[in-house]
Amino acid sequence: MNIHEFQAKQILGRFGAPVPKGQPASSADEAAAAFTALAVPKAVIKAQIHAGGRGKAGGVKLISSAEEARAFAAGLLGKTLVTHQTGPEGRVVRRVYVEEASAVARELYLGMVVDRKAAAVSVIASTEGGMEIEEVAAKTPDRIITEVVDPLLGLAPFLARKIAFALGLKDKQVNQFAGLLAAVYKAFVETDASLVEINPLVVTQDGRVICLDAKMSFDDNGLFRHPDIRELRDPNEEDKDETEAAKYDLSFVHLDGNIGCMVNGAGLAMATMDIVKFYGAEPANFLDVGGGASTEKVAAAFRILLSDSRVKAVLINIFGGIMQCDVLAQGVVEAARQVKLSIPLVVRMEGTNVEKGKKILAESGIKVIAAADMADAARRVTQAIGVGA
Amino acid sequence: MSILVNKNTRVLTQGITGATGQFHTRACKEYGTQMVGGVVPGKGGTTFEGIPIFDTVEQAVRATGANAVVSYVPPAFSADAILEAISAEVPLVICITEGIPILDMVKVKHYLNNSKSRLIGPNCPGIITPGECKIGIMPGYIHKPGRVGVVSRSGTLTYEAVHQLTQLGIGQSSCIGIGGDPIVGTNHSEAMKLFNEDPATDAVIMIGEIGGTAEEEAADYVKHHFKKPVVAFIAGQTAPKGRRMGHAGAIISGGRGTAADKIAALKAAGISVAMSPADLGSTMKAVLEGKGANN
Repeated sequence: MNIHEFQAKQILGRFGAPVPKGQPASSADEAAAAFTALAVPKAVIKAQIHAGGRGKAGGVKLISSAEEARAFAAGLLGKTLVTHQTGPEGRVVRRVYVEEASAVARELYLGMVVDRKAAAVSVIASTEGGMEIEEVAAKTPDRIITEVVDPLLGLAPFLARKIAFALGLKDKQVNQFAGLLAAVYKAFVETDASLVEINPLVVTQDGRVICLDAKMSFDDNGLFRHPDIRELRDPNEEDKDETEAAKYDLSFVHLDGNIGCMVNGAGLAMATMDIVKFYGAEPANFLDVGGGASTEKVAAAFRILLSDSRVKAVLINIFGGIMQCDVLAQGVVEAARQVKLSIPLVVRMEGTNVEKGKKILAESGIKVIAAADMADAARRVTQAIGVGA
Repeated sequence: MSILVNKNTRVLTQGITGATGQFHTRACKEYGTQMVGGVVPGKGGTTFEGIPIFDTVEQAVRATGANAVVSYVPPAFSADAILEAISAEVPLVICITEGIPILDMVKVKHYLNNSKSRLIGPNCPGIITPGECKIGIMPGYIHKPGRVGVVSRSGTLTYEAVHQLTQLGIGQSSCIGIGGDPIVGTNHSEAMKLFNEDPATDAVIMIGEIGGTAEEEAADYVKHHFKKPVVAFIAGQTAPKGRRMGHAGAIISGGRGTAADKIAALKAAGISVAMSPADLGSTMKAVLEGKGANN
């Protein structure tokens, strides 16, 4: 789960990491009031969307009066901002963040992730702040510092100092950085974060080390421990169908093709997408209905698939282990009746109660193209939309 | 022979009184697995369908001589259950549970490193040696005893591979689901090492998916040490960057973990890669008949 910059800064600040003071605003008046309340000569006003590249896209501005704050916010709120991370459709700006301006001397990069290979949290730092870290890694890998944090020791001061010196920090900045890093690590582990990115981390002209930007993502599996963070979920930033699917505990991801896929199990779901492509078509989605799907869940999944007007045919591929084929068939029949199915439906079922499942589909009166196996299913569904070999 | 489990394996179920624990303990017992006990804190002294229940893993091991534990404990309490099993020095710990917070697994993995236990999972279907011992949630009837090993991050895709093999008359030595999470107890390379050392395994199907670099490392291991033919498939060839495909571990991030990279590494290691998941069984058949990869 992702959150907005201002929310990430509030969390990091709560754990003691230095962040500039600021206020979010969802109207032009609020933005003007925020500037006045900050009582600073200059402020930065930043669009709050779940994507980077806002500066280049015109979503960030340096201002020095409440009127400027009002005017910029008025021009930005409700508008769609297209950055290199949003895709061509962009994101609607619903909030801005008004923050005291900082006089920047140096821009650095600081990231923290769960490193799957090391099975621990890793700190990634670089002297090349303000750039995309993937780009730095590709062009100048020697400018990236990676340190694995021992889960028992936590973020030891010596490790923080080591990173500080490698970043070329001096004098008081070294201990300031060590304190900041310890705070970020504490925030990371205590909120079940999966990623923290501070880009840039800056040294100000008066020698302070502060988080000028902040991005945080959280482990969905850890959210049950953090109801306060779960509250920060912004449905406007998430795909409507994916949010709907999540209500039914379905794992759903929109893709660009026109074959709707419904599968049980993530690996088989990916493999089904792959085989659709192998036979010359493109999957419209990833959809894993999970292991113990109920009739209701299957029906919801089917409705979500069919609500996408790009979908020209549906492929259901189920290998019933825990999932029973008759339950699946019942769900499909119910949903097909509700939505009035008008596009080709190919079903491949195998496993537990497969005969019962086939019987339910056969007796339902719904037009189902039965497939013998995965390859047959992919062949039939691509033929149904006229692209198959 | 087989890897990790056989007819002598004695299994405890952690969370035996929950709906999932009950259902699968029963199914495994019916398959012929020796389900010797259950562990549920506070329910020690009771039984489940004749199987004795204990308060702690340590008590259960002492009383039953169990040498494996399978856990269906809900995610919030799962890491603690695994730690308890490791602490009791159970040689084989299998965690089926999906949805364990990753930072919990960081601690578990750390504790596991200097222990006497091997962990399979979490978020996995379990392990089966057909005809002898089934521990986990896989449908037993699709398997057939034989000499091909199967290792996979995914559950239903493993069933698919096994089903194809069985349909072609090819039996399996052991099938192991290592789990779809970013941090798992046993990775592909370690599973491959077990199959390499098993005289009853002639060849292996290795199923990977996007995310991480475990498949590349396994390819490297196969290239330098593996003595048997390997057939592989990588799921997620069509997955977009930055989107998690169901499994917490299945995500292409920072330009790493793409299917193309993994397939290239596997092929460079001399592994026969099936480009379509429907060809897993037939590719293995061709390899066993000495015909090599047919695509």
